[in-house]
Amino acid sequence: MRYSGWQVIKQGLTGNRGWKPAWRDPAPKAEYDVVIIGGGGHGLATAYYLAAEHGLTNIAVLEKGYLGGGNVGRNTTIVRANYGLEGNSQFYSHSLRLWEGLEQELNYNVMHSQRGVVNLFHSDAQRDAFARRGNMMVSQGDDAILLDRDGCRRMMPFLDYDQTRFPIYGGLYHPRGGTARHDAVAWGYARGADQRGVDLIQKCEVTGIDVENGKVTGVQTTRGAIRAKKVAMCAAGRSGQVAAMAGMRLPIESTVLQAFVTEGLKPVIDNVITYGMGHFYISQSDKGGLVFGGDIDFYASYASRGNLPMLEHVMEAGMTLMPMIGKSKVLRSWGGIMDMSSDGSPIIDKTHIDGLYVNAGWCYGGFKATPASGHCYAHLIATDRPHEAALRHRLDRFNTGLVMDEEAKGSQHNLH
Amino acid sequence: MRIEGKGRIDAGQPVRFWFDGQGYTGFRGDTLASALLANGVRLVGRSFKYHRPRGVLTAGSEEPNALMEIGRGAAQVPNVRATVQEIYDGLEARSQNRMGPLAYDLLSVNDLFPNFLSAGFYYKTFMWPRAFWEKLYEPAIRRAAGLGSLSGKHNPNHYEKAFAHCDILVIGSGPTGLMAALTAALGGADVILAEESAEFGGRLLSEEEEIDDQPGADWVASMLDALRDTGRVRLMPRTTVTGAYDQGTYGALERVGLHVDGPAELPKECFWRINARQAVLAAGALERPIAFPMNDRPGIMMAGAVRSYLHRYGVAAGRKVTLFASNDDAHRTALDLMASGVEIAGVIDSRPEARARGDYPLFAGAQVIGTRGRKALGEITIRNNGGEQRIETDCLAVSGGWNPSVHLTCHMNGRPVWREDIAGFVPAEDAVPGLIPAGACNGTYSTAGCLTDGVAAAKQALAAMGGKTREIEIPQASDAVGGSKPLWLVPGKGRAWLDFANDVTSKDIKLAAQEAFASVEHMKRYTTQGMAPDQGKNSNIGALAILADATGRAIPETGTTTYRPPFVPVSIAAFGAGAQGKGFAPERLTSSHDASLERGAPMIEAGLWYRPSYFPRPGETTWRQSCDREVTMTRNAVGVCDVSTLGKIDIQGPDAAEFLDFVYANLFSTLKVGRVRYGLMLREDGHVMDDGTTARLGDNHYLMTTTTAAAGEVMKHLDFVQQCLRPDLNLRFISVTEHWAQFAVAGPKSRDLLNGLLDAPIDNDSFPFMGCGEVSVMGVKGRLFRISFSGEHAYEIAVPARYGEALFRQLVTQAETMGGGAYGMEALNVMRIEKGFVTHSDIDGRVVPFDIGMERMVSAKKMCIGKPATMREGLKGAERQQLVGLKPVGAVQELTAGAHLFEADADPVRVNDLGYVSSVGFSPTLGQFIGLGFLRDGPNRVGEVVKMVDHLRRVETRVEVCAPVFHDPDGEKLRG
Amino acid sequence: MRIRCPLCGDRDSREFTYMGHEIYMHRPEDAGWSPAWDDYLHLRDNPAGVTRDLWYHGAGCTGWLLVERDTTTHDILRVELATDAKRGSA
Repeated sequence: MRYSGWQVIKQGLTGNRGWKPAWRDPAPKAEYDVVIIGGGGHGLATAYYLAAEHGLTNIAVLEKGYLGGGNVGRNTTIVRANYGLEGNSQFYSHSLRLWEGLEQELNYNVMHSQRGVVNLFHSDAQRDAFARRGNMMVSQGDDAILLDRDGCRRMMPFLDYDQTRFPIYGGLYHPRGGTARHDAVAWGYARGADQRGVDLIQKCEVTGIDVENGKVTGVQTTRGAIRAKKVAMCAAGRSGQVAAMAGMRLPIESTVLQAFVTEGLKPVIDNVITYGMGHFYISQSDKGGLVFGGDIDFYASYASRGNLPMLEHVMEAGMTLMPMIGKSKVLRSWGGIMDMSSDGSPIIDKTHIDGLYVNAGWCYGGFKATPASGHCYAHLIATDRPHEAALRHRLDRFNTGLVMDEEAKGSQHNLH
Repeated sequence: MRIEGKGRIDAGQPVRFWFDGQGYTGFRGDTLASALLANGVRLVGRSFKYHRPRGVLTAGSEEPNALMEIGRGAAQVPNVRATVQEIYDGLEARSQNRMGPLAYDLLSVNDLFPNFLSAGFYYKTFMWPRAFWEKLYEPAIRRAAGLGSLSGKHNPNHYEKAFAHCDILVIGSGPTGLMAALTAALGGADVILAEESAEFGGRLLSEEEEIDDQPGADWVASMLDALRDTGRVRLMPRTTVTGAYDQGTYGALERVGLHVDGPAELPKECFWRINARQAVLAAGALERPIAFPMNDRPGIMMAGAVRSYLHRYGVAAGRKVTLFASNDDAHRTALDLMASGVEIAGVIDSRPEARARGDYPLFAGAQVIGTRGRKALGEITIRNNGGEQRIETDCLAVSGGWNPSVHLTCHMNGRPVWREDIAGFVPAEDAVPGLIPAGACNGTYSTAGCLTDGVAAAKQALAAMGGKTREIEIPQASDAVGGSKPLWLVPGKGRAWLDFANDVTSKDIKLAAQEAFASVEHMKRYTTQGMAPDQGKNSNIGALAILADATGRAIPETGTTTYRPPFVPVSIAAFGAGAQGKGFAPERLTSSHDASLERGAPMIEAGLWYRPSYFPRPGETTWRQSCDREVTMTRNAVGVCDVSTLGKIDIQGPDAAEFLDFVYANLFSTLKVGRVRYGLMLREDGHVMDDGTTARLGDNHYLMTTTTAAAGEVMKHLDFVQQCLRPDLNLRFISVTEHWAQFAVAGPKSRDLLNGLLDAPIDNDSFPFMGCGEVSVMGVKGRLFRISFSGEHAYEIAVPARYGEALFRQLVTQAETMGGGAYGMEALNVMRIEKGFVTHSDIDGRVVPFDIGMERMVSAKKMCIGKPATMREGLKGAERQQLVGLKPVGAVQELTAGAHLFEADADPVRVNDLGYVSSVGFSPTLGQFIGLGFLRDGPNRVGEVVKMVDHLRRVETRVEVCAPVFHDPDGEKLRG
Repeated sequence: MRIRCPLCGDRDSREFTYMGHEIYMHRPEDAGWSPAWDDYLHLRDNPAGVTRDLWYHGAGCTGWLLVERDTTTHDILRVELATDAKRGSA
């Protein structure tokens, strides 16, 4: 069923009784060409692109809970391509180009909104570091503008330019950055994949990965054994557990990241703003809530919930940067499981087991990567060659030292 | 309508307040909601999507409808629950989320097309043409969305944060909480009793209920006396426990100054971090509405709230009241109202077996199937014995039963458990370690049961702490439980609301199920059910029941969404109290801070420190003029600079040398006493962590310096290495950064300057380059290091911090007589670039020793932190970007840090990227811009010309690659 | 979250800095780069359940603590000084 304004009117006139299910609820088959472990944003996007671009449709996405129930359903919805290092730069650039037009591609309004992202800086050294990043963005073909203090003031008059602890020197403005409606991204890919014949199987937990003679043969699940020619791991925060089923250890530690949303407010913040002297980023959703977050809670955790010290730190950063938000009230906080890799960048690669693929290490930046992650992973699974935008996202880069350390914090997982 | 003689308000204290510009009078003790109801104001807001008229629904913080803006200008607070806000003289409230006056909201046009605005409709449209989303659709949606407004101005009010500690935290002060608190206190525990409302007592203040033959409110008063008498109970009214966190940490929000027009210094709110060894959750239960057709009009209220307004505030919510329930509470409400002279037009009880308990019309087995009244309720339609009947009424009190307030027990992922007998979810066992649910929040609904539960919970808490418990007599009270039968949805024409704020109706839930959004989480996200300010406190269970029905599952099988903190919304100003302005981070000042300010130096942030940027002199109008002069002054005469912010770590012990050999890439055991050496410190992953100099003050005594930025990181690292890797080594170390004030004295006249102050003069023999030792400075014992970050003949002199300011003033004054003076960070930076010394601008955390030409510093003679990792194949070779010097050679003479490097004839695009510029400065010594950068295979390209492109600043220039030392490459000046 | 420091007693977690898994205490002997080093620096079991990790009491005694925790519940089962653990295992 094709969605359109006309369809909304037509169905409305008949009491909305004619809307069809967005996806089927199939029982797992005995065998698939590709089994994707994890029905989050990346898994669903992978399935979609395998079907849409590589003609592979005998695919199952196995999801332990409900579709899009992981980080794609609980993040701060920021979409940007403002990375500074070779490897990440072209990958996120590729992703942003896929975002642009995703509604039409999926026939689903994911509400991608290029409201602009401003990364504020607070010293000369920080400005130069941001300039280095911004120049990489422009060299890559993306957009970046260096705002001075007055430029920031014109755009964001509500920031504290006079009293704040770390004065605002300026900002790196990325006009094509923005936000999207996170759940809709998962649903749009899910619907698109389903329409192309992919089986989306919910409440189906993978309990084992079958390997024979160095080759993957299928998976064990809570809904029975499923044979598969290829198995693609795509389990984000749970990647460690899934890889362990294949006897693998990953350069990943899972931690918790909290995020926050306020009660609805009339429009007051137009773009995405990040603070340079403490991890803090904020935007306002179309519904009116301020959506914001900060750093991870730093400790290894699978609890999907955080603690007060980081929450308070985030709020404190908000109060020193933009004290006008003090009167808004936090409605809800939540926590997700972050697969923090050893250099803060993701992995899209084959493994040493034939037919087993890994997509992991997204840290807390997986949402904006959703289209490119799915696109590049599908390319790898279908062709057994890495996509040119993901050449450097190798599993062995830690061993060779060719890491992509955007935060420049080294190999300690939780520092990225 | 106010009922004389009823309620707990102070009728002798009238309070004047404003709502939407109209003045009203209430009384002290009123909430905004009770005062508005008393004044006959029924329309108080608009819903989110359809902009339907909304009236007060509840009498608590769970209120979905009566959200208002309070105050004016910068002090304006949006989305305040009128049901919680107490009135004070001059209070200004305004309705919100409307276009035009509240009674004629233009956006209520949305209500004409509900079928086109059904659940998730926006995912299916607004896609064509593509550009229209951002240009047309989204801006329109954003303007219509949102509830109240922020002023956009800086918060002008004071907020606080605080810690509290107790043995037992009791959350809620109804019969359960009061008994728990008393039992705990008598058992010897230090207790905090937190109550959300202004008054303790919970539902006992809202009901006709006797305990030990006293009216409930009197019993509450006697219990409060008893609690005070124990001397162990901290009573915290207006305090909502908002979240349960690990190891007995609770967040709580106290409304300190929101209920008064207090002085400016009175905090509005205080966010408490309560650490409790045990806690008793006595949060009670929330009444649930019934989804019946057109159940959302102002005047339709919760029955329990109607009783609260009557008993607490002396307000009758209507003149002609009807009731609709599936339990005994409707009857109780009717009797209470009748006792106050309010007319009861009918009690509609969906239970066929219901019997009247007083003289009111009862419609047993009947249901409300429709309502009328544009801006407020005027009439209801009921289905009774197969027929329909209309009843005129201005207030319909509804009760669909009660939901235990299990929220806090879910904050650690505990999933509540369905109890069929009460048709409600109760807390899972041990859902939060140390948090014991009791009373109504645990499914115990009778007053007698709550009293017993409270005692039992406190005893359990005491026992868990290993404390003694004392027997306590449980008072006599009613054991009635209300006889509730669930009634979720009344079928009929018209929409039946679940989420009043977000305008989610039963049809939306069914549509979600129809479209495969059958998981409860999918339903929530697709319909926005439960995502409004009340977070579904009123509607989640009802929506769940309808979803269960639509998907053919039982309620427990369908499951619940997750309750997450905070239990009530908490203002960011409270969570982040103290940080506004300068409070976000500590401010570290050097001992020369005041002296530098006196000389007009602008301060810049260096981590937490403030350091002088430059020292302007008369006639200098730009920082560059001052900087150039300070560089030249230092190179030609002498300059003085406070370098106290560098980290200083005093290391002592027989194994100190071995330890340093392990943490530094190069050797320190071979360093002679009285000498200083540059040290390169690596992370274990082989990348440069920090650099600095370390002096050997004695055989077993070293003094390490770190960069300002990495001081804390290095200290932590050293602690790690010693404690976790090498506890076998015998040494101790401690940070002495704050104990010593340290000044660089640099320039050809530096020794002359020092000799004017030192009690015993020095010369090149006593203090050769890289020498160090103790000195006496004007009678003060200090340390002198012959080291240089400027490339000049230079020293750093250290004295105990208390002498720092005096020494700085003396040094600068003396220097000025010699043609020198103080210099700041700008000049320091230029001089170190001239000399090719790296800082964290260059060694940015992605750099290995090979990249900065220091691979040979990694000693082959020993193991050290980071050494094995430097041997990885990707960390050496011509593909790496390595440190070089850069000089402009083209027409454009400017260099910019952050620019990238390309072949001279290449397009400046990513695939051609060769590196970047990390540091630049204008060198007055060379009379041109110079820079440091990282260039692929850089050292092998010295002498070549490449292109520097800064897209952002629009600078493009040809630069010559050179060695990264521009000034005195042979170091003659250092030794002079 | 609260941690019972063996030296300072029960303290709020904001006084501590987390580093990572206990493995950081067991530095490989290999003088050159080797799979053991890859293990040490990068690869992790990353268990959902009981683990042992290192915390630094930077705002207290500056002791490094070895904390036995459950990553799914945040229960803290045992805390000891890393130095004691290292000496005990040596």
